[in-house]
Amino acid sequence: MSSGIIEIRDLHKTYRVGKVDVPALRGVDLSVKGGEFLSIVGPSGSGKSTLFHIIGGLTPPTSGEVHVDGQDLSALSDAGRTEMRKRTVGFVFQKFNLLPNLTARDNIAVARHIAGLDHKPTAEFDEVLKLLGISHRLDHKPAALSGGEQQRVAIARAIVKHPAILLADEPTGNLDTENSRAVLEVLRDLNERMGQTILMITHNPEAADYGHAIVHMRDGRIVERR
Amino acid sequence: MRSLLSILLIGVPVTLILCLVGLSRGFIEDSQRRARGVGADVLIRPKGSSMLSLGYSMPAALVDYFRQQPHVQIATGVLNATVEGVTLGASGVDPKVFAEMSGGFVFRSGSTFQGPDDVIIDDYYADQKKYHVGDKVKMLNHEWHVSGIMESGKLSHIIVPLATMQEVKGESGKVSQIYLKLDNPANTKAVIDALNHDPKLGGDYPIYPMEEYTSLLSVNNIPGLKPFTYVIVGIGVVIGFAVVCLSMYMAVLQRTREIGILKSLGGSKGFILRIILAEALMLGVGGTILGIIMSYGAYWLIRTLVPASFPMIIVHSWWPIAGAITLVATGLGALYPGLSAAAHDPIEALAYE
Repeated sequence: MSSGIIEIRDLHKTYRVGKVDVPALRGVDLSVKGGEFLSIVGPSGSGKSTLFHIIGGLTPPTSGEVHVDGQDLSALSDAGRTEMRKRTVGFVFQKFNLLPNLTARDNIAVARHIAGLDHKPTAEFDEVLKLLGISHRLDHKPAALSGGEQQRVAIARAIVKHPAILLADEPTGNLDTENSRAVLEVLRDLNERMGQTILMITHNPEAADYGHAIVHMRDGRIVERR
Repeated sequence: MRSLLSILLIGVPVTLILCLVGLSRGFIEDSQRRARGVGADVLIRPKGSSMLSLGYSMPAALVDYFRQQPHVQIATGVLNATVEGVTLGASGVDPKVFAEMSGGFVFRSGSTFQGPDDVIIDDYYADQKKYHVGDKVKMLNHEWHVSGIMESGKLSHIIVPLATMQEVKGESGKVSQIYLKLDNPANTKAVIDALNHDPKLGGDYPIYPMEEYTSLLSVNNIPGLKPFTYVIVGIGVVIGFAVVCLSMYMAVLQRTREIGILKSLGGSKGFILRIILAEALMLGVGGTILGIIMSYGAYWLIRTLVPASFPMIIVHSWWPIAGAITLVATGLGALYPGLSAAAHDPIEALAYE
């Protein structure tokens, strides 16, 4: 296996719905190098989110090999995948998924706490907050933030623990054009300035163009990479 | 709102436990205080009776016999009757001899008996019944005239003339117990030994030094009180458990998505369980504090409405016990919801609307 930060060979994932087996991934091969910004596009039901969930350690593969930052995910227990989520991956979701009762600052602090880092962010992270443009909004709760601000807080929360990989699942899906552009610019800046490896699912072709490469998925397979 | 309601519901059994303990301790302390207020050194109970049994009597003529024994300075017999359950009784006394033994009643208003149908009540009972000197009161199927209101702390809350009590109870020439005051309290053991070996008494009369008698008035010696306390504690545990279990189960359902978020951040099962338990324990602490506050409310109500029947006190030493019982119950109650939350599938949890 080559030395990519993500190496996937012949990945299958089948969900059991009632008494029926539903294949979500049917033999995915994918290699992602460290520092790459990869966009993944495809219609609904093509397996994009399932692929994300497996790479992110939220669910185990049914078969195949999945190596993320040197760890063989198919060999990890539930506890092992939890441990991996603490440090190795950061998630950004379409619906932001901030904890509603906490301020933006505390949402970020929770991620640091779970990752076992001390509560005080580094000076470098302060720079990231400036880059994200949310330094002045940290003491507000999510309900008081715009969609774009919430998503930028979610990005800050995802990268505060310095993950090897940032997984963004439709990060602009709930945002208007202006906020979408701002969030995509932030992701590109993070990638370019900090070398952050990013995998981004999107339906939006313009958003997909922010990546170094675009992977097309259909029916649980990767059908094109360009 | 859910949390406030849970705290209230957890607080209720805490109040229940504290009130029960406060009432039982209060009853015992009140009984001890009134027994000490008699001023006697020795107590003699009827044959076959136990320390607290009611309904036994013995010949009043024994009073004269005891009075003639060495070291006995004063002897007096009283006849007891229950007025309202077992917690409130009346005693028939010979006022002159009883005053010699006890130092006399301290009157807040009025005075001692002026006639055979007079009754002296203490300030607790007067407050409870709103009675005043001069009032006619019906008690023990007899009409009495309140001649005086005394300071509580001597023998009973209600004192009537011995002869009238004997007549009302149909127990002429009988008394329920006999009190002896000795020339010197140091002679108590010698007097009791002599009486126990007196062939005329046959050794059948339970005879107690007053100090021992008052010390025996305890939770352990009141039949059924300890098991009853355990039952109330058990009910408290069950209520606390059920309330927290339901409340935290609802909380877990409401926060399914948040649990998914924490799991996506790397929150382990143990981390999720700790959060749920911590919240439940906070509810338990809140419930304990509210329960203590509500017990003061119950104390005020009882002391205002029925101070003589239910002499409640606040037992501070039971606060940590009630708190510990509550925390155990809430911890147990949160266990199932906590484990259920910890076992949530993160993907399903994140998709929860």
